[in-house]
Amino acid sequence: MTKAATSLRPDLAVIFEHIEPESRALDVGCGDGVLMAALRDQKQVDARGIEIDGACVERCVAQGLSVVQGDADRDLGFYPDGAFDYAILSQTLQTAERPDEILRELLRVGRRAFVSFPNFAYWRMRWALLSKGRMPVTRHLPVTWYETQNIHHVTVKDFEALADDLGIAISNRWFFTQEREIGKAGANWRAEYAVFEVGRRAG
Amino acid sequence: MQLQTNSLTLPDPLPLDSGEELHNVRIAFETYGELAPDKSNAILLCHALTGDQFVASEHPVTGKPGWWERMVGPGKPIDTDRFHIICANVIGSCMGSTGPASDADDGTPYGMRFPVLTIRDMVRGLVGLLDQLEISQLHAVVGGSMGGMQALSLAANWPNRAGRVLAIATTARHSAQNIAFHEVGRQAIMADPNWAKGDYYAGDTSPDAGLAVARMAAHITYLSEEGLTGKFGRRLQDRSEKTFGFDADFQVESYLRYQGSGFTRRFDANSYLYITRAMDYFDIAEEHGGLLADAFAGTQARFCLVSFDSDWLYPTAESRHVVHALNAAGAPVSFVELSAPFGHDSFLLDVPALDRVVKGFLHD
Repeated sequence: MTKAATSLRPDLAVIFEHIEPESRALDVGCGDGVLMAALRDQKQVDARGIEIDGACVERCVAQGLSVVQGDADRDLGFYPDGAFDYAILSQTLQTAERPDEILRELLRVGRRAFVSFPNFAYWRMRWALLSKGRMPVTRHLPVTWYETQNIHHVTVKDFEALADDLGIAISNRWFFTQEREIGKAGANWRAEYAVFEVGRRAG
Repeated sequence: MQLQTNSLTLPDPLPLDSGEELHNVRIAFETYGELAPDKSNAILLCHALTGDQFVASEHPVTGKPGWWERMVGPGKPIDTDRFHIICANVIGSCMGSTGPASDADDGTPYGMRFPVLTIRDMVRGLVGLLDQLEISQLHAVVGGSMGGMQALSLAANWPNRAGRVLAIATTARHSAQNIAFHEVGRQAIMADPNWAKGDYYAGDTSPDAGLAVARMAAHITYLSEEGLTGKFGRRLQDRSEKTFGFDADFQVESYLRYQGSGFTRRFDANSYLYITRAMDYFDIAEEHGGLLADAFAGTQARFCLVSFDSDWLYPTAESRHVVHALNAAGAPVSFVELSAPFGHDSFLLDVPALDRVVKGFLHD
């Protein structure tokens, strides 16, 4: 991995590694712009962002990044078809009003998309729900059910099924636990979170 | 009003959107900071409706500090150690640039013979100034409120002129509500007998009462209810009881009267008519076939729009409308809605987040 990639959160690092230099990318839910800045500085990517949190947007603008305060549910529709080589949605799918529509929109504005999300079927989650009978509060998802922004809990298998329903082709998948990449076997049990690279299915 | 100002006269007549031409156009302007030898560090700063070129220096009439001194100066967000700032009085105004108080060809003031202007005409005048200064490419164009309209108009109509466009608390079109408030102000001026159909320059009187009412009504639109309540509430002015009369019993009344009368000392009533008209006519999409995105098609500039959550004159939705058009045009754009209690005037007041955004966008 490059130097820039190793300082990124693992899911962002894997996305960074798989984006072509000098391409165009839209980071939906870009936070404080750490991935965008790395893409711009290391790979000369024309990176744009959407972020709902005003303080994050302010920090992005202060770094010279082009970030619009808005939300994915509402604002993606204003970008033209195929405006970007890549659309990125990291750790945001589960907060969307309609994750299926967001996925469709990502692949309308982007040729390809990277989507990362916490896997609700991770074994610690299953165990917490089974043993305590209460909605899990874990290291990776530390917020109670009534405060969480994660309104659509999703598992690895759920995402694969949704992609299938929407006619979306999955070209790559990576799984992570405790900030380390793990193998693909038994990922729906073993992965704390997942990154998928998807594209429009041919024909 | 005879002012000592820096100014130059444009060599050619200025064509106007109305089809008329303006001759011997004088543009009064101030500059701050050194121009780099390659002229790459110039920033055009555009002023608001009742603003002027004295952005960071003392106002020659009121003696007050420049209207954006908190933003413009050495080491400030718009850093005069680094940038060469140009701020010009728009045509139609009254601080040294050609306007209705200027003499027409017959040697008497234009008054209402002055042609109706548009925001694009004002910007055409500013571009004329830049041509005379031999500045072909600005580092940035920056403006708030009507200044933001000029910044957007420059980007839409002279797309190669500015590398960055920073438009604060503004809009790409005047709404019905915006036009309605301006019409109240214009009618107040024209209802003043001293207005005399705009032909008052030779006499001893001018329509101060009407202009003051126009300013009072407009001033309310620059504030927020929260701001007014916090500053004045229902508190009484220098008295413990209501007078059961029509003096300024309430502090808010006294404040507005003070704002109104102070304004008449520095501003020309006809200029107020002409500039508010220009703002009401403003609709960038209309100028470009009806679709705002088309106005910005092919632009190479980077944009930043800023709105304030308490601004109900040019609310966030108006900025978003511009942002969406820029997205559709594929332009690199940043947008943030800042939280500040001061209403539309927030862009002029102490909002540290605005300082950071301005600095970041202009400097990086």
